[in-house]
Amino acid sequence: MLYLKNYVASGIKQASIYGLIVFILNFKFSKMSSYTEEELAKDLEGQEYKYGFVSDFQSETIPKGLNEDVVRQISAMKGEPEWMTEIRLKAFRNWQTMVEPEWAHLTYKKPDFQAISYYSAPKQTKKYESWDDVDPEMKETMRKLGISMEEQKRLTGTAVDFVVDSVSVATSFKDKLLELGIIFCPISEAIRDYPELVKKYIGTVVPATDNFYAALNSAVFTDGSFCYIPKGVRCPMELSTYFRINEGGTGQFERTLVIADEGSYVSYLEGCTAPQRDENQLHAAVVELIALDDAEIKYSTVQNWYPGNKEGVGGVFNFVTKRGLCEKGAKISWTQVETGSAITWKYPSCILKGDNSIGEFYSVAVTNGYQQADTGTKMIHLGKNTRSTIIAKGISAGNSQNCYRGLVQINDRADNARNRTECDSLLLSSTSGAHTFPYIECKNKSAHIEHEATTSKISEEQMFYVKQRGLDDEKAISLIVNGYAKEVLNRMPMEFAVEAQKLLEISLENSVG
Amino acid sequence: MLTIKNLHASIEEDGTEILKGLDLVVKAGEVHAIMGPNGAGKSTLASVLAGKDGYEVTEGEVDFDGVNLLELEVDERAKEGLFLAFQYPVEIPGVSNINFLRSALGEIHEYQKKDNLSAKEFLAKVREASKLVELDNKLASRAVNVGFSGGEKKRNEIFQMAMLEPKLAILDETDSGLDIDALRVVSDGVNKLRSENNAIIVITHYQRLLEYIQPDFVHVLSDGKIVKTGSKELALELEEKGYDWINEEIA
Repeated sequence: MLYLKNYVASGIKQASIYGLIVFILNFKFSKMSSYTEEELAKDLEGQEYKYGFVSDFQSETIPKGLNEDVVRQISAMKGEPEWMTEIRLKAFRNWQTMVEPEWAHLTYKKPDFQAISYYSAPKQTKKYESWDDVDPEMKETMRKLGISMEEQKRLTGTAVDFVVDSVSVATSFKDKLLELGIIFCPISEAIRDYPELVKKYIGTVVPATDNFYAALNSAVFTDGSFCYIPKGVRCPMELSTYFRINEGGTGQFERTLVIADEGSYVSYLEGCTAPQRDENQLHAAVVELIALDDAEIKYSTVQNWYPGNKEGVGGVFNFVTKRGLCEKGAKISWTQVETGSAITWKYPSCILKGDNSIGEFYSVAVTNGYQQADTGTKMIHLGKNTRSTIIAKGISAGNSQNCYRGLVQINDRADNARNRTECDSLLLSSTSGAHTFPYIECKNKSAHIEHEATTSKISEEQMFYVKQRGLDDEKAISLIVNGYAKEVLNRMPMEFAVEAQKLLEISLENSVG
Repeated sequence: MLTIKNLHASIEEDGTEILKGLDLVVKAGEVHAIMGPNGAGKSTLASVLAGKDGYEVTEGEVDFDGVNLLELEVDERAKEGLFLAFQYPVEIPGVSNINFLRSALGEIHEYQKKDNLSAKEFLAKVREASKLVELDNKLASRAVNVGFSGGEKKRNEIFQMAMLEPKLAILDETDSGLDIDALRVVSDGVNKLRSENNAIIVITHYQRLLEYIQPDFVHVLSDGKIVKTGSKELALELEEKGYDWINEEIA
């Protein structure tokens, strides 16, 4: 206990995410319920967007604009084999024939795709042999993000793949994982070193023809993470990737591919931040999960891209396609806490192809200021006895618009499929909006589908009660909101739950009144 | 500790005056009982002192240990050491009692420039306080008041009082809805929290509670004013003769 306590003290002093990570781990041991909102609050005093710093390491950025040459150039710079270049070009040609979707409940100025630079890599003179060789400026960036590698290695046992703009700069724990046959590396490396695996699975769950942004991503993605868990292996640690957009006027197009072979298990964490910038930054990612027979993938995201300023200027446009495929008896669980981005367009989905497979979606989406979120999930039931659960909590403050959009589809051969959907909205201001668009398509009579939805406000009685115990307006709201989102936050791996709570707090600042 | 002078308060919405010139002085170490018929303004007094929205103070002063209470926000009053045990405790889904109290205590300590408790000290305090009102340990870690029985909610209020150690506690009809055993537990808890440094105002309809929590003074509140003050015997007399007796006597 004493040993742990020392870390608590030093961690909190630095006001880093780290302090809190350590803190919560402590409590796990001492059986205390969790760290408290109060510590959280102390840690966040007077915060604006916390990750709003621009790192000054030299970047190599290719000129703005997009055409076949740029696609080829990206592929060449990544040293990709011919087959990959072909995939990209095919996707690009496809993309050119597509139009940007307009069905979402979002209003924004469409990005000018010719005004974006599609590749920005921190300039490196040589490949890092060891952690000591990593650019100090980049280490500083990581420190500010609270994910310093040394600390990470020492304290949490989390393997991190850290992606700044487009290139993955350092991956820890790789060797240890390799002993178990687990591959965890930047996807650019996987394309070179494990071409059979990549070739076999990439684009199988999210084909390049899937939608406008997925096609764009398939053409220009610059990096991302790749993960393969062999048959029957239970990955002993949480794998995590931290994404950060650094250069102004660039887009980040990362590609993630996770393959869990038969009977394996992996828990994957993904965190996202971007520095404060005036112009809107585009982010269009694709994540594909493949859970083979009896495998389980737990995928957690904390998304905290810059949401724009108080007037609604700037911020990240986040158009993401995330989808997982479940074979027989497999399970995929998406958990997300979305607090950032000016525009969020994101529907992590599960295709329940195999009999007895399970899909889960747990989400908290917070919008404040002029943020707009259109997010939800799709549960596609194809196999027999497939089950899915959707718990979506929307919290709208300021002048924001928060929208849940979900599809539950039971196909004709999916006997005895079950779905339970719970969809709650909490309104914190009279100028914000909460919208729900649930779609249910059922082609099989044996299906059981439940849908529950609520919309509520924080009651005056609750506020008075909490304030009477000594919490001011903002802290009272934060406490109540955290309680409201608990069901989802509890699904997060410990380290992330803390960060998620902090983010809720940050994003709800100035939401009172 | 608390000096209320000529307090007038109305309901903001329709201007109905509820408190019509109330005077009260409470010193450290004292327990005051405020009794009175329905609609006399007992709960309004508690709400106005705690700073609840919806009431307007039109006249009068409230001094709390040298601080003008009426100028403070709800949470500042709490941090100054005023605690209200609610007649109807509120549910906060998803927020555990322990987290709630750790946040509250942290805020109060910071305001009072006291060192915050370590996790170990805090947990020891939780154990002690829950023992005081025989609150099941499980309830301490359950969400605030969610799924609690009426009696458990009231015990939880006193548990919170024990945790937050206020200078002045106002117990608003804490006896309502309690069976005789629970009443004894709650009262025992309150009695153990009595000290020379704190004061308690007990608001109640019935004399029953005062058998357990013995007051130094009993005040009768009627039509927004304190119309009679006496010792604990006054409560017995009230019980026997009813509130009409007081009204007649005043008339």
